[in-house]
Amino acid sequence: MSEHEQYAEDLALYALDALRGDDRAKLDQHLTTCADCRLELERLRADTALLAMSAVGPRPPQRARQRLLDAVAQEARAPLAHEVSRRPWWGWLGWAATAAVIVFALSLWQENTMLRATLASASSRQAESARQLDELRKIAAPIIEPEAQRVTLVATKTPPQPQGKAFYLRSRNSLVFLASNMPALPPQKAYELWLIPMSGSPVPAGMFKPDAHGSGSVVNPPLPAGLEAKAFAITIENEAGSPTPTSPILMSGAGE
Amino acid sequence: MSRSRGQIIPADLTIVTGLKAGDQGAMADLYDRYSSVVYAVALRVLGDTGAAEDVLQEVFLQLWRNPNSFNAARGNLASWLAVVTRNRAIDSLRKRRPETDIEDVVLSVAPDLAGAAELARAAEKVRGVMGTMAPAQRSALELAYWEGMSHSEIAEKTGEPLGTIKTRIRAGLIALRKAFQT
Repeated sequence: MSEHEQYAEDLALYALDALRGDDRAKLDQHLTTCADCRLELERLRADTALLAMSAVGPRPPQRARQRLLDAVAQEARAPLAHEVSRRPWWGWLGWAATAAVIVFALSLWQENTMLRATLASASSRQAESARQLDELRKIAAPIIEPEAQRVTLVATKTPPQPQGKAFYLRSRNSLVFLASNMPALPPQKAYELWLIPMSGSPVPAGMFKPDAHGSGSVVNPPLPAGLEAKAFAITIENEAGSPTPTSPILMSGAGE
Repeated sequence: MSRSRGQIIPADLTIVTGLKAGDQGAMADLYDRYSSVVYAVALRVLGDTGAAEDVLQEVFLQLWRNPNSFNAARGNLASWLAVVTRNRAIDSLRKRRPETDIEDVVLSVAPDLAGAAELARAAEKVRGVMGTMAPAQRSALELAYWEGMSHSEIAEKTGEPLGTIKTRIRAGLIALRKAFQT
């Protein structure tokens, strides 16, 4: 009997919270090192949700609704983003974003150095260099400005865990997206990023193919101006891109 | 109706986005959409309308206080609420402190339950599957789920070996899973 088979029945009990004592302690220990069993546990918990669905009964009493809304009014709070924004701005950034900021900073420095040389040698190129610098600043703005909307997209499988980070600054119509651990794609296919607006259909927000390490990015794709994002999502599409999603959503995330 | 991974139900996303924004109207929407499911689960466990209403209040308020505990990209809100409610109700039944943090409740796969009709069909389908189970298997599953009994308590109550109880419970859950995979 394999180790997973040995734990199969205990996992079902665990999902129901019906496993106690030494058996539970052993399984707790095993779960810390076994991703397959953790995934099976999640599946079994979903199975228990089906069991819950079999419950039928009367509707809750009328007063329950008002009681809840009164309690909510007593605990009125600001949007979560405001609470989180009290953190230092770098607290938002994961390794990918931090790396991106470093890359952008280096790019700015290199660009700035180049600008100095350019200005010294040819004033006619000054305008072009300034435009390039402004473009780089525009790229970095969604990552470093505090009002930027930040979204983490995660897949449901572990490990390895594909992850995407979208940095979207609506006021500047600017979006930077960084992905890691992305699975390889079939031939003639690419990942397509979607901006899901507050209302209406998903809007294409760029295509990318991961490199050999599973990393990919989208920088400032063409987007309609001023679009407020409710969420971002990723599908696999033909590499030419699609105006609407034609496959299931692989990854998605709403604002953090 | 099928089981899906990562499918976002737009209504769930709208509600959770509203909760994160501190929109009290989103709580009203949440209540109107899912209070029947939550109350039915709590009442099934507790058998007392007052206690069931208290659990309903507690579950919804916890989501209001911590809307990040539910991830709309990882299953639907109905299933998540049902599991959280069952856990809270069992804690209440056994008069113990809450043992499971709502953030620990992760469902990797869940049936598409986009509306009231889907919820009703799911409930009917589950009851159908339960009805086809052998009485001993159904009983073991129900004692564990609705009464929060451990496998050894069930074995003691039924006079059957622990191994038999374990096998019956797992087979029962897998039978439910298969019914929603077709």
